[in-house]
Amino acid sequence: MDLRKTSVAFAAFAGLLAGGVAHAQTELTVYTSFEAVDLERYRETFEKANPDIKINWVRDSTGVMTAKLLAEKNNPQADVVWGVAATSLLLLKAQDMLHPYAPEGVENLDPRFVDSDNPPSWVAMDAYVAALCYNTVEGEKLGLTPPTSWKDLTKPEYQGHIIMPNPSSSGTGFLDVSAWIQMFGEDEAWAYMDALHENIARYTHSGSKPCKLAASGETVIGVSFEFPGAQAKSKGAPIDIIFPEEGSGWEAEAAAIIAGTPNLEAAQQLLDWAITREANEMYNVGYAVVAYPGVAKPVEHLPEDIASHMIENDFEWAANNRVRILEEWTKRYDSKSEPKD
Amino acid sequence: MSADATVLPAGRPVKLGLDRDGLIKRLFMVLIALYLIVTLALPLYAMMSKSFSTYEFELQRYAFQVSDGEGNWGEPVTAAELNARLGLLDEADLASTSDGRLAATELFPDFNFRSPVRYRIRGTVEDAPYLVGLEYHNSREWQEFDSNTFRRINLRPVRSIGVQNYVEYFSTPSLVSSIRNSFFIASVSTVLTVGLAFGFAYAMNRSCMPFKGAFRLIALMPILVPSLLPGIALIYLFGNQGLLKSLMMGHSIYGPIGIIVGSVFFTFPHALIIISTALNISDQRQYEAAEALRTSKWRTFWTVTIPGARYGLVSAVFVTFTLVITDFGLPKVIGGQYNVLAVDIYKQVIGQQNFEMGAVVSVILLVPAVFAFMIDRMVQKKQVALLTARSVPYSPKPKRGFDMACLAWCSLIGLFIVGIIAICQFAALVRFWPYDLSLSLNNYAFNRMDGGGWSAYTNSIQLGLLTAFAGTVVIFIGAYMVEKVQGFAAGRSFFQFLAMLPMAVPGMVLGLAYIFFFNNPANPLHVIYGTMAILVISTITHFYTVGHLTAVTALKQIDGEFEPVATSLRQPFYRLFSRVTVPVCLPAILDISIYLFVNAMTTVSAVVFLYSTETNLASVAVLNMDDAGDIAPAAAMGMMIFYTNAAARLVHAFASRSLLARTQVWRTR
Repeated sequence: MDLRKTSVAFAAFAGLLAGGVAHAQTELTVYTSFEAVDLERYRETFEKANPDIKINWVRDSTGVMTAKLLAEKNNPQADVVWGVAATSLLLLKAQDMLHPYAPEGVENLDPRFVDSDNPPSWVAMDAYVAALCYNTVEGEKLGLTPPTSWKDLTKPEYQGHIIMPNPSSSGTGFLDVSAWIQMFGEDEAWAYMDALHENIARYTHSGSKPCKLAASGETVIGVSFEFPGAQAKSKGAPIDIIFPEEGSGWEAEAAAIIAGTPNLEAAQQLLDWAITREANEMYNVGYAVVAYPGVAKPVEHLPEDIASHMIENDFEWAANNRVRILEEWTKRYDSKSEPKD
Repeated sequence: MSADATVLPAGRPVKLGLDRDGLIKRLFMVLIALYLIVTLALPLYAMMSKSFSTYEFELQRYAFQVSDGEGNWGEPVTAAELNARLGLLDEADLASTSDGRLAATELFPDFNFRSPVRYRIRGTVEDAPYLVGLEYHNSREWQEFDSNTFRRINLRPVRSIGVQNYVEYFSTPSLVSSIRNSFFIASVSTVLTVGLAFGFAYAMNRSCMPFKGAFRLIALMPILVPSLLPGIALIYLFGNQGLLKSLMMGHSIYGPIGIIVGSVFFTFPHALIIISTALNISDQRQYEAAEALRTSKWRTFWTVTIPGARYGLVSAVFVTFTLVITDFGLPKVIGGQYNVLAVDIYKQVIGQQNFEMGAVVSVILLVPAVFAFMIDRMVQKKQVALLTARSVPYSPKPKRGFDMACLAWCSLIGLFIVGIIAICQFAALVRFWPYDLSLSLNNYAFNRMDGGGWSAYTNSIQLGLLTAFAGTVVIFIGAYMVEKVQGFAAGRSFFQFLAMLPMAVPGMVLGLAYIFFFNNPANPLHVIYGTMAILVISTITHFYTVGHLTAVTALKQIDGEFEPVATSLRQPFYRLFSRVTVPVCLPAILDISIYLFVNAMTTVSAVVFLYSTETNLASVAVLNMDDAGDIAPAAAMGMMIFYTNAAARLVHAFASRSLLARTQVWRTR
């Protein structure tokens, strides 16, 4: 009798303890591709506002992160993804790997930054926008004029002076190609890329590398996005960041809940916070375009009107045509050094 | 022996009863064999089966129903029937990848999204996935859509088994061209490396040139750095802002030229060690005979020197060829648009998340590696002892002209090696190449960059130490059991085969195979996925063979009589093992551990698929920082690896010397 009483009391105590601990702090495993420099700051800001949740970051580049998430499809390790390209999250969505959730206040966001389905499967924090990094010193040495549009890049004077990311291994490369097709139409876009290909020195695997190569004079023009451009400029690189006049493709860094997470409540709390005004101010330190209208202040070395360069990006179309586009692209350009037949 | 047999009548074959010692030994051997099966054979099998896992649109899984403008529904029809009736899609159209989509409207040639016609779709079986927009559906209930929504419906492929991935591979020219590229790079690099290394080894062994010790140290330096480092150095030397760009005469370093030059750098010491050993073993008497017969130097070279070293040369050729064709870091950094097999695996898996195609390329890369390995083994079996008890070791005599020529040859190669390392260190210290050449330590602020920061560096050291310790224990015990166990011939030769197998498996292939095998929730070993343990295990397995051969060679020096004597003295084998075997083999054990440490610090290929955020590694950080365009920090991290390995070598040399002084006194008389 005594024994039973004790064990009941013990069980109750243990339950209290467990419940208390769980209430005190839930640990969330968060997969991310945010810039390495930002991670600690983001964690601190979040945990200050949400003392009951502890973030365990798992960070890698977008491609690796996506591969990891897909590989773990049947045994997900992450509770939340926060700061991974929306296009990658669409891949997960098409595999039924996301838990749809409309965070509190989602109606305040620019609708371009929210999944079109209701409830949305993902919400975005910020955007990175395609841009050209142009090395003024090397450009002058070679007597080049800076390009102002995408179409300019096919001019013969730039032959061998352009580096762009390979769309089949870089998200940035894919957003360029998908934007050209959306802007110019399928036929004209491929004709454009045929001409552009003649001027390309080589394709890289990552999206920031072309800009950094332009910054160090390895090439004159790097097809990249605005973030590494601003970073390189602040280090003293002699580059101009050019937004082509036709408009730029862009990609959103988004957040989503992984279906089947045991910590659903905490995950929802994270998403709620991730789209607040406060969080958007936090993203604005590095990113010029954020999801919450009216928050963005200009970022050093970047123009104020970046958002106006962003095209209407049809994420659904891009995701559903990705395989077909990449197959075509690879067939046309992926063996640059081979003789054309 | 045969003479004895005729004198003595053949007795009953002696069969040792299996005592406790023998049992324990066999148990150990079986355990380590199991280890190799679990960490090598099973993952490879998982990868093979993945390469046959395909995705297809299976039309019989879906049924449609179409209404006319007034809302009268027609008969339900499966997509397969529709296709058969209209002949719209052939088999090739239905082949797909894991991310494939097939627009439902493809089956309705007269589809118009403005028409008032309505559509219904359902699965005819349990698993019939399709997307509406991007929303995932998978049900056997009818779902109804207007035509404007219906155009947003995409069927999704389901998994099946077949050779389709291989068909796809061989019909994609950009993928197939990689096979040719890989062979071209590997062949040219092999010819160059073996040629250069032969000259170097010849100078070291057959001349009286000065500074031999210094040259030996320099020649072995490339072993201490990851294979990506020469690629980074070549960018600073011959890239568009390179110091020696004019030497390229308008050619680009990004591509085959860069890969070949870099490959020569990182394979040079491997070839040199093998050839040097071969040239070292030669008999002075043969040269004396040649001289007595007034044979020309040229003829002596081709009839005495080359035949004497031919097994070493063959081995060097195959080792170099395999190293180059399976290397991933260098072509990733400097290859530009020149596709090779090892990088294709990475691009398929990381870039496109196409694991199945990654597995196909892996299988294709496995073929030349296994072939090179088998041919090398066959040739080595034919080798006979060149040195007999009566041999006189060759000792070179000073010849001024020849010695100076040798010195010049070695100096050139030494300059090349030192130059590559030095330029990396310089680039790592420059503030902003090429516009601000003042020096700073900014590039060492790893925590502000991709790749995992300074913790990647400490992780690497941890991996190195764990691999060196656990690996040496496993490898040495395995070698001891296979060498000193009596009987059990079939088991022993199977073990030998398992121990040799890792040599033939490229790192990329091993890493990818580990994903398929360990990242499977059904696998009880799944828990080690994403931990340091899987990195240690993959590294031990990747470099198992060389350690095993070293251990076996050392064990063969110990007379086989020790075991029977110990048994007859009723001493358990572990006492013999710890009192005699280990002390005698200590130099070999130290060699195995330093070999494992250095390789764990520099390897990229297997671990690039297996590291996690908590277990980021320095060598992978070099790769990722270069990938992000942070080339100078990548050089800085590469140099950290170099210094660490150099320090480890020093410690090893010191430890060997002092331990040898204590334990190897018996060797000197």
